[in-house]
Amino acid sequence: MNIHEYQGKEILKQYGVKVPEGRVAFTVEEAVEAAKALGTQVNVVKAQIHAGGRGKAGGVKVAKNLDEVRTYAQEILGKVLVTHQTGPEGKEVKRLLIEQGCDIKKEYYVGVVVDRATGSVVMMASEEGGTEIEEVAERTPEKIFKEVIDPVTGLNAFQARRLAYAINIPKELINKAAKFMMSLYQAFVEKDCSIAEINPLVVTGDGEVMALDAKLNFDSNALYRHPDIVALRDLDEEDEKEIEASKFDLAYIALDGNIGCMVNGAGLAMATMDIVKFYGGDPANFLDVGGGATEEKVTEAFKIILRDEKVKGIFVNIFGGIMKCDVIANGVVNAAKQIKLDKPLVVRLEGTNVELGKKILNESGLNIVAAESMADGAEKIVSLVK
Amino acid sequence: MSILVNKHTKVITQGITGATGLFHTRGAVEYGTQMVGGVTPGKGGTEVDGIPIFNTVAEAVEKTGANASVIYVAPPFAADAIMEAVDAELDLVICITEGIPVLDMVKVKRYMEGKKTKLIGPNCPGVITPGECKIGIMPGYIHTPGKVGIVSRSGTLTYEAVHQTSTRGIGQSTAVGIGGDPVKGMEFIDVLKMFNEDPDTEAVIMIGEIGGTAEEEAADWIAANMKKPVVGFIGGQTAPPGKRMGHAGAIISGGKGTAAEKIAKLESCGVRVAKTPAAIGETLVEVLKERGMLDKVMSK
Repeated sequence: MNIHEYQGKEILKQYGVKVPEGRVAFTVEEAVEAAKALGTQVNVVKAQIHAGGRGKAGGVKVAKNLDEVRTYAQEILGKVLVTHQTGPEGKEVKRLLIEQGCDIKKEYYVGVVVDRATGSVVMMASEEGGTEIEEVAERTPEKIFKEVIDPVTGLNAFQARRLAYAINIPKELINKAAKFMMSLYQAFVEKDCSIAEINPLVVTGDGEVMALDAKLNFDSNALYRHPDIVALRDLDEEDEKEIEASKFDLAYIALDGNIGCMVNGAGLAMATMDIVKFYGGDPANFLDVGGGATEEKVTEAFKIILRDEKVKGIFVNIFGGIMKCDVIANGVVNAAKQIKLDKPLVVRLEGTNVELGKKILNESGLNIVAAESMADGAEKIVSLVK
Repeated sequence: MSILVNKHTKVITQGITGATGLFHTRGAVEYGTQMVGGVTPGKGGTEVDGIPIFNTVAEAVEKTGANASVIYVAPPFAADAIMEAVDAELDLVICITEGIPVLDMVKVKRYMEGKKTKLIGPNCPGVITPGECKIGIMPGYIHTPGKVGIVSRSGTLTYEAVHQTSTRGIGQSTAVGIGGDPVKGMEFIDVLKMFNEDPDTEAVIMIGEIGGTAEEEAADWIAANMKKPVVGFIGGQTAPPGKRMGHAGAIISGGKGTAAEKIAKLESCGVRVAKTPAAIGETLVEVLKERGMLDKVMSK
């Protein structure tokens, strides 16, 4: 789960990570009020969307006085920002962060992730702050330093100092930087983050070490123990169909194509998208109905797929293992009847009671095309939507 | 022969009195697996279907001589269940549970250092040696005893591979679902090593997906060590970056972990990668024919 920058900074502040003073604003008036309350001459007006690259897209402006705060707030609120992370349709800005400007001496990068290879939490730091860390990793991997963290001890002070020295933090600020990193790690583990990225971390003219930006992602598997984080969810930032799907315990991800896919199992669901593409089609979604695909779930899955107006046909690909094919076939037939499906439907069933399943599909009186195999099904749906 | 489990494996179910645990324990018994006990704290001393239930794993092991455990415990308690099984010095723990917080698994991995137990999963279908022992949620009947080892990050794709081999007259030595989580027990390389050393495994199917670099590492290991042909498939060729495709581990991030990269790497290390998920079986047959191994691998 993602949250906004201003929410991330509030969390970090609780753990002693230094951040600039700031306030959230939903209107232009609130933005001006926030700037007044902050009381500094220079303030930064920052678009709050769940995507990086806001600066380049014109979503971050430095205001030298209250009039400029007003002007920039008017300009950015309601604007659709298109960044490399939003996709071509962009994201509308509905919230702003008004933040005290600070005297930046130098920018750095600090990030915390779960590293699969070591099965540990790893802190990464670089002197190349402010730019895309992926680019740094690509061009100058030697400029990224890593510390693997033992969950028993947490990030040790010596490790944090080692990172701070490695990225050339001014020597009088080494201890402040180390404390910053240790606080960041504490926030990461206590809030079950999956990513905590500070880009840039800055050293200021008055000798502070601060998080100028904060990107926190949370492990969705751990949200059950963090109701405070769940409360920060911004549904405006999520796809409506994905929200609907999550209510029924369906894993759904919207894509750009026109062939709706309904599959059991995440791996098979991905592979089904691949095979549709292989035969020249374009999948409209990823959808995993899970192991216990009941009639109700299948019905909801159809409804969600069909809410996407681009969808011209549906491919159901089910490997019935524990679930029997006749049960699934009945579910598909009843769901198709209930929602009065009028688009091509290709169903590939395999597994327990497959013959019975196919018989149910064929005798349903509905226009369902039964496929002999996954490849056959993909070919058929692709030709039907052409 | 086979790897990890066989007809001598004695299994206990942790979370046996839950609906899922009980359902799949019955499935395992039906398949012929030696299910010797179950663990549910607070229900010790009772039994279900004649299988004795214990309060702790240690007690279950002491009383039944179990050497493997399967876990169907709910996500908030699953990490603890794994550590309890590790503490009881079981040879093998298979964790089916999906949705364990990743930082819980980081602790589990640390806890397991230096211990003898092997962990499969979490978030996996389990392990089966056809005709001998089924531990997990896979449909037993699609499997055939044979000589092809299967290792996969995905459940239903494993079934696909099993089905595509069985229907071509090719059986499996052992099928191992290692699971779709980013931090887990055995990785591809650990399982490949075992297949490499198993005299009854003649070839291996390895099914990966987007996210992480486990497939790339496995590819390097295969190039350097593998004596047997490996056929691969990578799911998620059309997956967009930054989106978690169902599995917690299946996400392309920072431009890393794409299917294209993985496929190129595997191919360069001598692994024939099936073009589509429907072509896994025929790709295996093709490779076996080229090497003159098809007859040896076909089930009688």
